[in-house]
Amino acid sequence: MRVLAVAALAAVLVSACATTPPPAPVVRINEDPYPSTYVRYPGVPTVIRHATVFTGDGQQINDGTVVFANGIIEAVGGPGLPSPPGALEIDGTGKFVSPGVIDIHSHLGDYPSPGVEANSDGNELTDPVHPDVWAEHSVWPQDPGFSRALINGGVTTIQILPGSGDLFGGRSVVIKNVPGRTVQEMKFPGAPYGLKMACGENPKRVFGSHGKMPQTRMGNIALARETWIKAVKYKREWDNYYAHGGKMPDRDLAMDTLKGVLEGKILVQNHCYRADEMANMVDMSKEFGYHITAFHHAVEAYKIADLLRENDICAVMWADWYGFKMEAYDAIPQNIALVQNAGACAMVHSDDPNGIQRLNQAAAKAMAEGQRAGIPGLSESVAWEWLSRNPAKALGILDKTGTLTAGKMADVVMWNGDPFSDYSRPERVWIDGAEMYDANNPHKRPVSDFELGQPGEGDVK
Amino acid sequence: MIRSVVTALLLTVAVPAAAETIAITNATVATGDGSGPIQGGTVVIRDGRIVAAGQGVAIPPGALVIDATGKWVTPGIVAGFSRLGLTDVSGGAEGANDESADKGPFNAAIDIAPAINPNYQPIKVNRADGVTRAVVAPRAAHNIFAGQGAVIDTGADMDPITRARAFQFVELGETGASDAGGSRASAYVLFRNALREAAELSRFTGPVRSSAENGPTRATLQNPNESRIYGPNAERSRDVLLTRFDAAALVPVLQGRVPLLVHVERASDILNVIGLAHEFPALKFVIVGASEGWMVADRIAQSGIPVIASALNDLPASFEEIASTQSNVGRMRAAGVKVSIGMIDDDDAHKLFYERQYAGNLVALQKIPGATGISWGDALAMITSKPAEAIGLGGEIGRLSPGEHADVVIWSGDPLEVTSAAEHVFIDGVEQPLDDHQSRLLERYRYLPRTDLPKAYRP
Repeated sequence: MRVLAVAALAAVLVSACATTPPPAPVVRINEDPYPSTYVRYPGVPTVIRHATVFTGDGQQINDGTVVFANGIIEAVGGPGLPSPPGALEIDGTGKFVSPGVIDIHSHLGDYPSPGVEANSDGNELTDPVHPDVWAEHSVWPQDPGFSRALINGGVTTIQILPGSGDLFGGRSVVIKNVPGRTVQEMKFPGAPYGLKMACGENPKRVFGSHGKMPQTRMGNIALARETWIKAVKYKREWDNYYAHGGKMPDRDLAMDTLKGVLEGKILVQNHCYRADEMANMVDMSKEFGYHITAFHHAVEAYKIADLLRENDICAVMWADWYGFKMEAYDAIPQNIALVQNAGACAMVHSDDPNGIQRLNQAAAKAMAEGQRAGIPGLSESVAWEWLSRNPAKALGILDKTGTLTAGKMADVVMWNGDPFSDYSRPERVWIDGAEMYDANNPHKRPVSDFELGQPGEGDVK
Repeated sequence: MIRSVVTALLLTVAVPAAAETIAITNATVATGDGSGPIQGGTVVIRDGRIVAAGQGVAIPPGALVIDATGKWVTPGIVAGFSRLGLTDVSGGAEGANDESADKGPFNAAIDIAPAINPNYQPIKVNRADGVTRAVVAPRAAHNIFAGQGAVIDTGADMDPITRARAFQFVELGETGASDAGGSRASAYVLFRNALREAAELSRFTGPVRSSAENGPTRATLQNPNESRIYGPNAERSRDVLLTRFDAAALVPVLQGRVPLLVHVERASDILNVIGLAHEFPALKFVIVGASEGWMVADRIAQSGIPVIASALNDLPASFEEIASTQSNVGRMRAAGVKVSIGMIDDDDAHKLFYERQYAGNLVALQKIPGATGISWGDALAMITSKPAEAIGLGGEIGRLSPGEHADVVIWSGDPLEVTSAAEHVFIDGVEQPLDDHQSRLLERYRYLPRTDLPKAYRP
């Protein structure tokens, strides 16, 4: 409706302007045509006391207190913090409290369960250049995987990305892990879009096998550069139009996304495994004037951790995946610890509907491997940065969530033990201060539409 | 101190199966038989076998003593279902993956033993994490029968095979339906026909060999791939679908001499397998997968069929796994099913070391109201002795029990915690190297700044 109205107005004004040069720019493209309709659910003022608290920004508070109300964290500190009037008091003795886990790399909803062809909506593999597609338009909100990520993984925020078969896979969407009827009801308010880019084996395999460019890594780079050349021209046309008016340039959905990247509004989330290829991508970003926010998978980040630090690029990594393809041959379990130690931005990710349920254990592995290798400065409180703070930074939402900091969203997990242990699980999870999971209350457990009336419906998963 | 002792040990046991006696003392010991860990335990190894394990075990004179104070000692992990050793790189690296023969003419006859490469990195990586044995299955290609799997060890030597042709593997669920042309119904016809063709050939198995194990009158075959049942007198009907080799490979299955591992997930498929077990009572079925096993747990238990299950499947990832829950293993265990853990189609060539994490996660379920977890002792047994028993190697591997293979791991702590690591790994009593491609890369790139020579010159 809004789009139609804008178009109609444009038509009227363009024709009216024809006789009065120089015309002013009259059409502004709506950059948020599928806006978030997420509204936090109600909660009660809550105080958790006597828990071990990982704040998410490197601090651990023993006998800690976390206070939240109205969806917002009010205070985090020691046992002396006062409670707001009428607050629910929770004894956290023996429990651990952390920020909600953020998975920066998921395909939930786009490659949902059941993983049948009819549900396979994660990658538009019809052309290697698809910045026009938006992952949110594939998200099936009824994917049962969302609930497992919540109750087993304590995951409160997820970036859903298109797949990596294209050089430009399309836009990502960041969601709150709160069930919705529509993806709009899940979209994280105010989170910037991401652009999925890919280097390496996948694009050249997918298209090269069809005799189409790219068939090689040099083809990957050439086609990406040609695309950026078009994007720079497109942006120049629109900049000129907005500055001086005249004939409105033709809209191009793909170029809209790349223009957003060049303007710094859309964050580049770049699938890339090998060190040499990451270096090529860094040079490409400088050639065209954009910034790479994060390299995803980044199994060889440890080889160029200095380069990543100097260019302020985060590395998104697995703890221990290796060998499943050639470009993962040099994966090592100390990758995350080495990147952290180099002063670059490190984090874990899942890329997997099972792994997303155990990201805390992935961080535990990465920490332990680093410690055993003698890499200094590693502790559980530092390792928690890999689970929430650094992903929030790389999603452009660190001002809103990712640490237990007064004024941020109350995205909070209370674990029934140390989350760096295999024996611990989330006990309660709050998103924006609303309790979305309670292990002791069967009514506080989401069940997707798909699972209704099926065997095991509502089971503890 | 331990390190220096063991360095000496490494020098002295360069020859496998050296007549070495080793006593690991003062450890927290778990034997893998389902019992919990005991403090102050001793494990004695001699000539590649376990002599004793537990408290109050005497240290034989002359034994090399390893003080494992503060450490945990368990049997090596037995990967209950895997493709370990068949693959170095899964995709895009032709030549480095022998999991399936999708362009070959054979199915049940396939014997994966010669495809195992003990030098592949996944063997080293898993060894370094305490995986000492693995059940290795071929992957089905265009037939429900995938072929004959093996049990291997992960030792740093060129003899990986513990038992070749240890089992036959067949797909009878969704994959089986697809391999059979599109339906489960077709898969069952193919299955019955295959057994019919095997029965026909079994009449030509030559001189009947007696063995106490099989009774005096059972026909036996040591190696169906080399048997005289291929000889000129072994006539077959004209209406056959299988090649002679494939039918012959099923003869020992038909005779119950090797287990038949059947991959099914759906509850109704599991019941179908139990039905087959009634129809073919000589066959030794083992169910693999069983994500919906909890729904028919009592009937599985009653059948006595062992199950090698995926530990944590909790997504309705396919229409045969709609009822998946992490409580599946716990519920089957509680019902009396002989259940163990495998990595069924779950990066089964690379990440067998996930089994101990998964086992720990099953223990964690004990604290969740409404969920069914398992005890620590059961969890360890499900990744050591239980898969060995399912595959017919109970008493040989998987426990710290007198006479068993001395596959022993000294861990930095509780092995079901991912933060613990394998510090010493013994296979058949031989201490194993724990370095691999990954550990070498770590050393090369630990220090990034430029030096006098490129990093390629660093060790």
